[in-house]
Amino acid sequence: MAKQRMKFTFPPDLVTQPVIYNMGKEFHVVTNIRRANVTRDRGWMILEISGNEGEIERAVQWAKDQGVRVDSIEGEAS
Amino acid sequence: MGSVRGLECRECGQLYPAEPLHVCEMCFGPLEVAYDYDVIRNQISREEIARGPLSLWRYKKLLPIEGDRIVDSQAGFTPLVQADNLARALGLRNVYVKNDTVNPTFSFKDRPVSIASTKALEFGFEVLACASTGNLAGAVAAHAAKAGMRACVIIPADLEPSKIVGALVYGPTVVAVDGNYDDVNRVCSEIADKYRWAFVNINMRPYYSEGSKTLAFEVAEQLGWRIPDRVIVPVASGSMFTKVWKGYRELARLGLTSDTAPRMTAAQAVGCSPVVTAFEAHTFDVEPVKPHTLAKSLAIGNPADGYYCLRIIEESGGLACAVNDDEIVEGIKLLAQTEGIFAETAGGVTIAVLKKLTNSGQVDPDELVVAYVTGNGLKTQEALAGALAEPVHVRASLRDVEEALALTGSEAIPVA
Repeated sequence: MAKQRMKFTFPPDLVTQPVIYNMGKEFHVVTNIRRANVTRDRGWMILEISGNEGEIERAVQWAKDQGVRVDSIEGEAS
Repeated sequence: MGSVRGLECRECGQLYPAEPLHVCEMCFGPLEVAYDYDVIRNQISREEIARGPLSLWRYKKLLPIEGDRIVDSQAGFTPLVQADNLARALGLRNVYVKNDTVNPTFSFKDRPVSIASTKALEFGFEVLACASTGNLAGAVAAHAAKAGMRACVIIPADLEPSKIVGALVYGPTVVAVDGNYDDVNRVCSEIADKYRWAFVNINMRPYYSEGSKTLAFEVAEQLGWRIPDRVIVPVASGSMFTKVWKGYRELARLGLTSDTAPRMTAAQAVGCSPVVTAFEAHTFDVEPVKPHTLAKSLAIGNPADGYYCLRIIEESGGLACAVNDDEIVEGIKLLAQTEGIFAETAGGVTIAVLKKLTNSGQVDPDELVVAYVTGNGLKTQEALAGALAEPVHVRASLRDVEEALALTGSEAIPVA
Protein backbone atom coordinates (compact mmCIF):
# COMPACT_ATOMS: atom_id res chain seq x y z
CA MET A 1 0.00 0.00 0.00
CA ALA A 2 1.43 3.34 -1.06
CA LYS A 3 0.97 6.67 0.70
CA GLN A 4 1.41 10.15 -0.70
CA ARG A 5 1.25 13.46 1.09
CA MET A 6 0.17 16.46 -0.91
CA LYS A 7 -1.39 19.89 -0.90
CA PHE A 8 -4.63 20.48 -2.80
CA THR A 9 -5.57 24.05 -3.65
CA PHE A 10 -9.15 24.71 -4.76
CA PRO A 11 -10.13 27.57 -7.08
CA PRO A 12 -13.32 29.55 -6.27
CA ASP A 13 -15.64 27.36 -8.37
CA LEU A 14 -14.56 24.21 -6.54
CA VAL A 15 -14.70 25.56 -2.97
CA THR A 16 -18.29 24.42 -2.47
CA GLN A 17 -17.90 21.10 -4.33
CA PRO A 18 -17.41 17.77 -2.45
CA VAL A 19 -14.21 17.01 -4.36
CA ILE A 20 -12.57 14.81 -1.72
CA TYR A 21 -15.76 12.79 -1.18
CA ASN A 22 -16.16 12.25 -4.91
CA MET A 23 -12.52 11.23 -5.29
CA GLY A 24 -12.98 8.59 -2.58
CA LYS A 25 -16.09 7.28 -4.37
CA GLU A 26 -14.54 7.22 -7.83
CA PHE A 27 -11.25 5.62 -6.83
CA HIS A 28 -10.09 3.05 -4.27
CA VAL A 29 -8.10 5.51 -2.19
CA VAL A 30 -8.33 6.61 1.44
CA THR A 31 -7.98 10.33 2.09
CA ASN A 32 -6.74 11.59 5.46
CA ILE A 33 -6.96 15.38 5.85
CA ARG A 34 -4.44 16.79 8.34
CA ARG A 35 -4.71 20.53 7.86
CA ALA A 36 -6.97 22.79 5.82
CA ASN A 37 -8.21 26.32 5.36
CA VAL A 38 -11.33 27.00 3.36
CA THR A 39 -12.73 30.47 2.83
CA ARG A 40 -15.54 31.72 0.61
CA ASP A 41 -13.41 32.06 -2.50
CA ARG A 42 -10.42 29.80 -1.90
CA GLY A 43 -9.36 26.66 -0.10
CA TRP A 44 -6.38 24.46 0.52
CA MET A 45 -5.95 21.11 2.15
CA ILE A 46 -2.93 19.11 3.29
CA LEU A 47 -3.77 15.44 3.10
CA GLU A 48 -2.40 11.93 2.83
CA ILE A 49 -3.78 9.61 0.19
CA SER A 50 -3.30 5.84 0.62
CA GLY A 51 -3.95 3.03 -1.79
CA ASN A 52 -2.51 1.20 -4.72
CA GLU A 53 0.18 3.33 -6.41
CA GLY A 54 -1.56 3.37 -9.79
CA GLU A 55 -4.91 4.16 -8.18
CA ILE A 56 -3.40 7.13 -6.30
CA GLU A 57 -1.93 8.40 -9.56
CA ARG A 58 -5.30 8.14 -11.31
CA ALA A 59 -7.10 9.80 -8.41
CA VAL A 60 -4.67 12.71 -8.32
CA GLN A 61 -4.90 13.13 -12.09
CA TRP A 62 -8.70 13.17 -11.77
CA ALA A 63 -8.45 15.91 -9.12
CA LYS A 64 -6.18 17.93 -11.39
CA ASP A 65 -8.65 17.47 -14.23
CA GLN A 66 -11.38 18.88 -11.98
CA GLY A 67 -9.28 22.04 -11.57
CA VAL A 68 -7.51 21.28 -8.27
CA ARG A 69 -3.91 22.44 -8.04
CA VAL A 70 -1.71 19.69 -6.59
CA ASP A 71 1.67 20.44 -4.96
CA SER A 72 4.07 18.73 -2.62
CA ILE A 73 3.30 19.49 1.04
CA GLU A 74 6.68 21.06 1.66
CA GLY A 75 6.76 23.40 -1.30
CA GLU A 76 10.13 23.90 -2.92
CA ALA A 77 13.13 24.19 -0.68
CA SER A 78 16.38 25.86 -1.61
CA MET B 1 22.61 20.53 29.77
CA GLY B 2 22.08 21.07 26.04
CA SER B 3 20.30 24.11 24.72
CA VAL B 4 18.28 22.30 22.04
CA ARG B 5 14.80 21.34 23.25
CA GLY B 6 14.08 19.41 20.07
CA LEU B 7 12.26 19.98 16.81
CA GLU B 8 8.98 21.86 17.01
CA CYS B 9 6.19 21.94 14.44
CA ARG B 10 5.71 25.47 13.16
CA GLU B 11 2.00 24.79 12.74
CA CYS B 12 0.74 22.72 15.67
CA GLY B 13 3.66 23.06 18.12
CA GLN B 14 4.20 19.31 18.52
CA LEU B 15 7.70 18.68 19.90
CA TYR B 16 9.96 15.93 18.51
CA PRO B 17 13.42 14.76 19.55
CA ALA B 18 16.33 16.37 17.69
CA GLU B 19 16.64 13.71 15.02
CA PRO B 20 16.83 13.76 11.20
CA LEU B 21 13.15 14.71 10.78
CA HIS B 22 11.59 17.57 8.89
CA VAL B 23 7.81 17.07 8.79
CA CYS B 24 5.33 16.85 11.66
CA GLU B 25 3.61 13.46 11.69
CA MET B 26 0.48 15.01 13.21
CA CYS B 27 -0.28 17.84 10.78
CA PHE B 28 2.48 17.52 8.15
CA GLY B 29 3.75 20.99 9.08
CA PRO B 30 7.45 21.90 8.83
CA LEU B 31 9.70 21.34 11.85
CA GLU B 32 12.24 23.79 13.20
CA VAL B 33 14.82 23.70 15.95
CA ALA B 34 13.53 24.85 19.35
CA TYR B 35 15.97 26.08 22.01
CA ASP B 36 15.96 26.58 25.74
CA TYR B 37 16.90 30.23 25.79
CA ASP B 38 17.39 30.28 29.56
CA VAL B 39 20.24 27.79 29.13
CA ILE B 40 21.79 29.81 26.30
CA ARG B 41 21.46 33.07 28.23
CA ASN B 42 23.65 31.67 30.99
CA GLN B 43 26.34 30.56 28.53
CA ILE B 44 26.65 33.48 26.18
CA SER B 45 27.79 37.10 26.20
CA ARG B 46 29.11 39.65 23.74
CA GLU B 47 32.60 39.14 25.19
CA GLU B 48 32.42 35.36 24.86
CA ILE B 49 31.37 35.71 21.23
CA ALA B 50 34.17 38.21 20.55
CA ARG B 51 36.71 35.63 21.75
CA GLY B 52 35.42 33.07 19.22
CA PRO B 53 36.82 32.19 15.80
CA LEU B 54 36.42 34.60 12.89
CA SER B 55 33.80 32.42 11.24
CA LEU B 56 30.16 31.54 11.81
CA TRP B 57 31.30 29.14 14.53
CA ARG B 58 31.70 32.07 16.94
CA TYR B 59 27.90 31.71 17.35
CA LYS B 60 28.00 27.94 17.98
CA LYS B 61 25.95 28.31 21.18
CA LEU B 62 23.11 29.71 19.06
CA LEU B 63 23.27 26.80 16.63
CA PRO B 64 21.88 23.24 17.02
CA ILE B 65 25.28 21.57 17.44
CA GLU B 66 25.80 19.29 20.42
CA GLY B 67 29.25 17.80 19.82
CA ASP B 68 32.75 19.21 19.42
CA ARG B 69 33.40 17.88 15.94
CA ILE B 70 32.47 20.54 13.39
CA VAL B 71 32.86 20.70 9.62
CA ASP B 72 34.77 23.96 9.46
CA SER B 73 35.18 25.50 6.03
CA GLN B 74 35.75 28.92 7.64
CA ALA B 75 32.40 30.04 6.28
CA GLY B 76 30.88 33.25 7.54
CA PHE B 77 32.10 36.38 9.30
CA THR B 78 32.11 38.00 5.89
CA PRO B 79 32.61 41.77 5.54
CA LEU B 80 29.88 44.25 6.36
CA VAL B 81 30.78 47.06 4.00
CA GLN B 82 29.78 50.64 4.76
CA ALA B 83 28.53 51.43 1.27
CA ASP B 84 28.83 55.23 1.14
CA ASN B 85 29.28 55.37 -2.64
CA LEU B 86 26.19 53.24 -3.21
CA ALA B 87 24.26 55.27 -0.62
CA ARG B 88 25.21 58.52 -2.35
CA ALA B 89 24.16 57.15 -5.73
CA LEU B 90 20.77 56.22 -4.28
CA GLY B 91 20.23 59.35 -2.22
CA LEU B 92 20.52 57.50 1.09
CA ARG B 93 22.82 58.19 4.02
CA ASN B 94 23.32 54.96 5.92
CA VAL B 95 23.67 51.87 3.76
CA TYR B 96 25.68 48.73 4.45
CA VAL B 97 26.24 45.72 2.23
CA LYS B 98 26.66 42.29 3.81
CA ASN B 99 29.13 40.85 1.34
CA ASP B 100 28.52 37.10 1.37
CA THR B 101 30.12 36.68 -2.06
CA VAL B 102 33.40 35.81 -0.34
CA ASN B 103 32.40 32.57 1.36
CA PRO B 104 34.46 29.42 0.57
CA THR B 105 32.22 28.37 -2.33
CA PHE B 106 31.21 31.95 -3.08
CA SER B 107 27.67 32.03 -1.74
CA PHE B 108 25.78 32.14 1.56
CA LYS B 109 24.95 28.44 1.11
CA ASP B 110 28.18 27.62 2.94
CA ARG B 111 26.44 28.78 6.13
CA PRO B 112 23.52 26.32 6.19
CA VAL B 113 25.65 23.53 4.73
CA SER B 114 28.25 24.00 7.50
CA ILE B 115 25.53 23.22 10.01
CA ALA B 116 23.87 20.45 7.96
CA SER B 117 27.16 18.62 7.31
CA THR B 118 28.23 18.92 10.96
CA LYS B 119 24.86 17.58 12.07
CA ALA B 120 25.01 14.78 9.46
CA LEU B 121 28.30 13.61 10.97
CA GLU B 122 26.77 13.83 14.44
CA PHE B 123 23.91 11.58 13.29
CA GLY B 124 26.36 9.10 11.73
CA PHE B 125 25.42 9.64 8.08
CA GLU B 126 28.02 8.75 5.47
CA VAL B 127 26.44 10.41 2.43
CA LEU B 128 25.72 14.13 2.13
CA ALA B 129 23.25 14.91 -0.64
CA CYS B 130 21.07 17.62 -2.11
CA ALA B 131 18.77 18.58 -4.92
CA SER B 132 20.20 21.69 -6.46
CA THR B 133 20.17 24.07 -9.38
CA GLY B 134 23.56 25.59 -8.61
CA ASN B 135 24.94 27.25 -5.49
CA LEU B 136 23.91 24.49 -3.11
CA ALA B 137 25.58 21.75 -5.18
CA GLY B 138 29.00 23.36 -4.79
CA ALA B 139 28.56 23.99 -1.09
CA VAL B 140 27.43 20.42 -0.39
CA ALA B 141 30.22 18.87 -2.46
CA ALA B 142 32.88 21.05 -0.80
CA HIS B 143 31.69 20.38 2.76
CA ALA B 144 31.41 16.64 2.11
CA ALA B 145 35.02 16.72 0.89
CA LYS B 146 36.10 18.52 4.05
CA ALA B 147 34.10 16.14 6.24
CA GLY B 148 35.35 13.01 4.48
CA MET B 149 31.81 12.08 3.47
CA ARG B 150 30.51 10.86 0.13
CA ALA B 151 28.60 13.53 -1.74
CA CYS B 152 25.72 12.99 -4.12
CA VAL B 153 24.31 15.99 -5.94
CA ILE B 154 21.13 15.61 -7.95
CA ILE B 155 20.47 18.21 -10.63
CA PRO B 156 18.14 18.83 -13.56
CA ALA B 157 19.82 17.54 -16.74
CA ASP B 158 19.68 20.92 -18.48
CA LEU B 159 21.74 22.78 -15.85
CA GLU B 160 24.42 25.13 -17.24
CA PRO B 161 27.85 23.41 -17.56
CA SER B 162 29.61 26.15 -15.51
CA LYS B 163 27.48 25.34 -12.48
CA ILE B 164 28.17 21.62 -12.79
CA VAL B 165 31.93 22.28 -12.89
CA GLY B 166 31.59 24.34 -9.69
CA ALA B 167 30.37 21.18 -7.94
CA LEU B 168 32.27 18.47 -9.82
CA VAL B 169 35.65 19.86 -8.83
CA TYR B 170 35.05 18.72 -5.22
CA GLY B 171 34.57 15.12 -6.37
CA PRO B 172 30.88 14.36 -5.72
CA THR B 173 28.71 11.95 -7.67
CA VAL B 174 26.47 14.14 -9.82
CA VAL B 175 23.22 12.63 -11.05
CA ALA B 176 21.51 14.55 -13.85
CA VAL B 177 17.77 13.84 -13.90
CA ASP B 178 15.70 14.24 -17.05
CA GLY B 179 13.13 16.76 -15.86
CA ASN B 180 12.77 20.09 -14.10
CA TYR B 181 13.62 21.08 -10.52
CA ASP B 182 10.22 19.80 -9.32
CA ASP B 183 11.01 16.35 -10.72
CA VAL B 184 14.45 16.44 -9.10
CA ASN B 185 12.91 17.34 -5.73
CA ARG B 186 10.39 14.53 -5.95
CA VAL B 187 13.07 11.95 -6.79
CA CYS B 188 15.20 13.22 -3.88
CA SER B 189 12.30 12.86 -1.44
CA GLU B 190 11.85 9.26 -2.57
CA ILE B 191 15.59 8.55 -2.16
CA ALA B 192 15.54 10.16 1.30
CA ASP B 193 12.65 7.86 2.29
CA LYS B 194 14.47 4.74 1.15
CA TYR B 195 18.17 5.32 1.88
CA ARG B 196 20.00 6.61 4.92
CA TRP B 197 21.40 9.70 3.27
CA ALA B 198 21.63 13.17 4.74
CA PHE B 199 19.78 15.39 2.27
CA VAL B 200 20.66 18.87 3.47
CA ASN B 201 17.42 20.43 2.22
CA ILE B 202 15.11 17.52 3.04
CA ASN B 203 15.70 15.44 6.19
CA MET B 204 18.42 17.82 7.48
CA ARG B 205 16.41 20.93 6.65
CA PRO B 206 15.57 22.06 10.21
CA TYR B 207 19.30 22.12 11.05
CA TYR B 208 20.48 23.32 7.65
CA SER B 209 18.27 26.40 7.68
CA GLU B 210 19.50 27.46 11.15
CA GLY B 211 22.85 28.32 9.55
CA SER B 212 21.31 31.36 7.89
CA LYS B 213 20.69 32.94 11.33
CA THR B 214 24.37 33.79 11.37
CA LEU B 215 23.66 36.40 8.67
CA ALA B 216 21.76 38.31 11.36
CA PHE B 217 24.21 37.62 14.20
CA GLU B 218 27.17 38.91 12.22
CA VAL B 219 25.49 42.08 11.01
CA ALA B 220 24.38 42.98 14.54
CA GLU B 221 27.84 42.34 15.96
CA GLN B 222 29.58 44.19 13.12
CA LEU B 223 27.33 47.18 13.75
CA GLY B 224 28.44 47.21 17.39
CA TRP B 225 25.47 45.12 18.55
CA ARG B 226 22.96 47.32 16.85
CA ILE B 227 19.91 46.12 14.93
CA PRO B 228 19.52 47.71 11.48
CA ASP B 229 16.37 49.73 10.80
CA ARG B 230 15.75 47.77 7.61
CA VAL B 231 17.23 44.74 5.91
CA ILE B 232 16.76 43.81 2.26
CA VAL B 233 16.86 40.03 1.80
CA PRO B 234 16.44 38.09 -1.47
CA VAL B 235 13.71 35.45 -1.34
CA ALA B 236 13.76 32.10 -3.16
CA SER B 237 12.17 29.45 -0.90
CA GLY B 238 12.09 32.05 1.89
CA SER B 239 14.17 29.94 4.27
CA MET B 240 16.98 32.48 4.59
CA PHE B 241 14.49 35.33 5.06
CA THR B 242 12.76 33.58 7.96
CA LYS B 243 16.06 32.63 9.60
CA VAL B 244 17.55 36.12 9.33
CA TRP B 245 14.46 37.27 11.22
CA LYS B 246 14.80 34.46 13.76
CA GLY B 247 18.45 35.45 14.27
CA TYR B 248 17.64 39.07 15.06
CA ARG B 249 14.82 38.09 17.40
CA GLU B 250 17.07 35.64 19.25
CA LEU B 251 19.68 38.33 19.88
CA ALA B 252 17.02 40.59 21.37
CA ARG B 253 15.54 37.75 23.42
CA LEU B 254 18.96 36.94 24.89
CA GLY B 255 19.63 40.59 25.74
CA LEU B 256 22.59 40.81 23.34
CA THR B 257 20.88 43.69 21.51
CA SER B 258 18.05 46.07 22.27
CA ASP B 259 14.57 44.73 21.77
CA THR B 260 14.07 46.23 18.35
CA ALA B 261 13.41 44.46 15.07
CA PRO B 262 14.47 45.34 11.55
CA ARG B 263 11.82 46.05 8.93
CA MET B 264 12.17 42.85 6.92
CA THR B 265 12.05 43.62 3.22
CA ALA B 266 11.75 40.78 0.70
CA ALA B 267 13.37 41.10 -2.71
CA GLN B 268 12.26 39.00 -5.67
CA ALA B 269 12.52 39.02 -9.46
CA VAL B 270 9.38 39.91 -11.40
CA GLY B 271 9.67 36.62 -13.30
CA CYS B 272 9.31 34.68 -10.04
CA SER B 273 7.65 36.79 -7.37
CA PRO B 274 4.92 34.76 -5.63
CA VAL B 275 5.67 36.35 -2.23
CA VAL B 276 5.58 39.90 -3.61
CA THR B 277 2.35 39.16 -5.47
CA ALA B 278 0.70 37.88 -2.28
CA PHE B 279 2.02 40.87 -0.30
CA GLU B 280 0.58 43.30 -2.83
CA ALA B 281 -2.75 41.44 -2.79
CA HIS B 282 -2.84 41.63 1.05
CA THR B 283 -3.14 37.87 1.38
CA PHE B 284 -1.06 35.18 3.10
CA ASP B 285 -1.93 32.64 0.40
CA VAL B 286 1.03 32.23 -1.88
CA GLU B 287 -0.01 31.27 -5.38
CA PRO B 288 2.73 29.13 -7.00
CA VAL B 289 4.14 30.43 -10.30
CA LYS B 290 6.24 29.07 -13.13
CA PRO B 291 9.57 30.92 -12.90
CA HIS B 292 10.98 32.84 -15.82
CA THR B 293 13.78 35.08 -14.66
CA LEU B 294 17.45 35.86 -15.10
CA ALA B 295 17.87 35.33 -11.34
CA LYS B 296 18.03 31.53 -11.49
CA SER B 297 19.11 31.17 -7.87
CA LEU B 298 15.80 32.78 -6.85
CA ALA B 299 13.67 30.78 -9.30
CA ILE B 300 11.52 28.90 -6.80
CA GLY B 301 7.91 29.10 -7.96
CA ASN B 302 6.33 27.39 -4.95
CA PRO B 303 8.35 28.71 -2.01
CA ALA B 304 8.29 26.41 1.02
CA ASP B 305 8.48 29.35 3.44
CA GLY B 306 6.49 31.90 1.44
CA TYR B 307 3.65 32.02 3.96
CA TYR B 308 6.05 32.53 6.87
CA CYS B 309 7.84 35.32 4.98
CA LEU B 310 4.55 37.18 4.61
CA ARG B 311 3.82 36.83 8.33
CA ILE B 312 7.25 38.24 9.18
CA ILE B 313 6.89 41.13 6.74
CA GLU B 314 3.63 42.06 8.44
CA GLU B 315 4.98 41.65 11.98
CA SER B 316 8.10 43.70 11.27
CA GLY B 317 6.40 46.46 9.25
CA GLY B 318 8.46 45.45 6.24
CA LEU B 319 7.87 45.43 2.51
CA ALA B 320 8.11 43.14 -0.50
CA CYS B 321 9.19 44.33 -3.91
CA ALA B 322 10.08 42.78 -7.28
CA VAL B 323 12.35 44.02 -10.06
CA ASN B 324 12.63 43.00 -13.71
CA ASP B 325 15.62 41.52 -15.53
CA ASP B 326 16.89 44.89 -16.80
CA GLU B 327 16.73 46.33 -13.29
CA ILE B 328 18.60 43.27 -11.96
CA VAL B 329 21.47 43.81 -14.40
CA GLU B 330 21.54 47.51 -13.51
CA GLY B 331 21.63 46.51 -9.83
CA ILE B 332 24.65 44.27 -10.41
CA LYS B 333 26.44 47.05 -12.29
CA LEU B 334 25.53 49.71 -9.71
CA LEU B 335 26.98 47.67 -6.84
CA ALA B 336 30.10 46.77 -8.82
CA GLN B 337 30.70 50.32 -9.99
CA THR B 338 30.11 52.01 -6.63
CA GLU B 339 31.47 49.50 -4.12
CA GLY B 340 33.66 47.16 -6.18
CA ILE B 341 31.54 44.11 -5.28
CA PHE B 342 30.57 41.73 -8.09
CA ALA B 343 27.31 40.05 -7.10
CA GLU B 344 25.39 37.29 -8.81
CA THR B 345 21.87 37.97 -10.03
CA ALA B 346 20.28 37.58 -6.57
CA GLY B 347 22.54 40.40 -5.35
CA GLY B 348 21.39 42.45 -8.33
CA VAL B 349 17.81 41.84 -7.18
CA THR B 350 18.63 43.09 -3.67
CA ILE B 351 20.30 46.30 -4.87
CA ALA B 352 17.65 46.97 -7.52
CA VAL B 353 14.89 46.55 -4.93
CA LEU B 354 16.66 49.00 -2.60
CA LYS B 355 16.86 51.47 -5.47
CA LYS B 356 13.22 51.01 -6.45
CA LEU B 357 11.93 51.42 -2.90
CA THR B 358 14.13 54.47 -2.39
CA ASN B 359 12.90 56.09 -5.60
CA SER B 360 9.30 55.49 -4.57
CA GLY B 361 9.92 57.09 -1.18
CA GLN B 362 9.35 53.92 0.82
CA VAL B 363 12.86 53.91 2.32
CA ASP B 364 13.70 56.85 4.58
CA PRO B 365 17.07 58.40 3.56
CA ASP B 366 18.27 58.24 7.17
CA GLU B 367 17.38 54.60 7.81
CA LEU B 368 20.24 52.24 8.58
CA VAL B 369 19.73 49.77 5.75
CA VAL B 370 21.59 46.50 5.29
CA ALA B 371 21.45 44.90 1.83
CA TYR B 372 22.25 41.19 1.83
CA VAL B 373 24.35 40.21 -1.17
CA THR B 374 24.47 36.45 -1.09
CA GLY B 375 26.43 35.13 -4.07
CA ASN B 376 29.40 35.92 -6.27
CA GLY B 377 28.97 37.39 -9.74
CA LEU B 378 31.55 35.08 -11.27
CA LYS B 379 28.89 32.36 -10.97
CA THR B 380 26.40 34.09 -13.27
CA GLN B 381 28.52 35.99 -15.77
CA GLU B 382 26.17 35.07 -18.61
CA ALA B 383 23.59 37.42 -17.05
CA LEU B 384 25.71 40.38 -18.13
CA ALA B 385 26.02 39.32 -21.77
CA GLY B 386 25.65 42.44 -23.90
CA ALA B 387 25.22 44.70 -20.87
CA LEU B 388 28.83 45.86 -20.50
CA ALA B 389 31.09 47.99 -22.68
CA GLU B 390 33.29 45.98 -25.05
CA PRO B 391 37.10 46.21 -24.67
CA VAL B 392 38.81 48.77 -26.91
CA HIS B 393 41.01 46.88 -29.38
CA VAL B 394 44.21 48.52 -30.66
CA ARG B 395 47.51 47.55 -32.20
CA ALA B 396 50.46 47.39 -29.79
CA SER B 397 51.55 51.01 -30.13
CA LEU B 398 51.30 54.05 -27.89
CA ARG B 399 49.85 56.16 -30.70
CA ASP B 400 47.02 53.68 -31.26
CA VAL B 401 46.17 53.67 -27.54
CA GLU B 402 46.21 57.48 -27.47
CA GLU B 403 43.98 57.67 -30.51
CA ALA B 404 41.56 55.07 -29.24
CA LEU B 405 41.24 56.76 -25.85
CA ALA B 406 41.38 60.28 -27.30
CA LEU B 407 44.32 61.13 -25.06
CA THR B 408 46.38 64.25 -25.63
CA GLY B 409 50.06 64.74 -24.86
CA SER B 410 49.24 67.38 -22.22
CA GLU B 411 47.68 64.71 -19.98
CA ALA B 412 50.94 62.74 -19.85
CA ILE B 413 52.56 62.30 -16.44
CA PRO B 414 56.00 63.91 -16.43
CA VAL B 415 58.74 61.39 -15.70
CA ALA B 416 61.16 62.67 -13.09
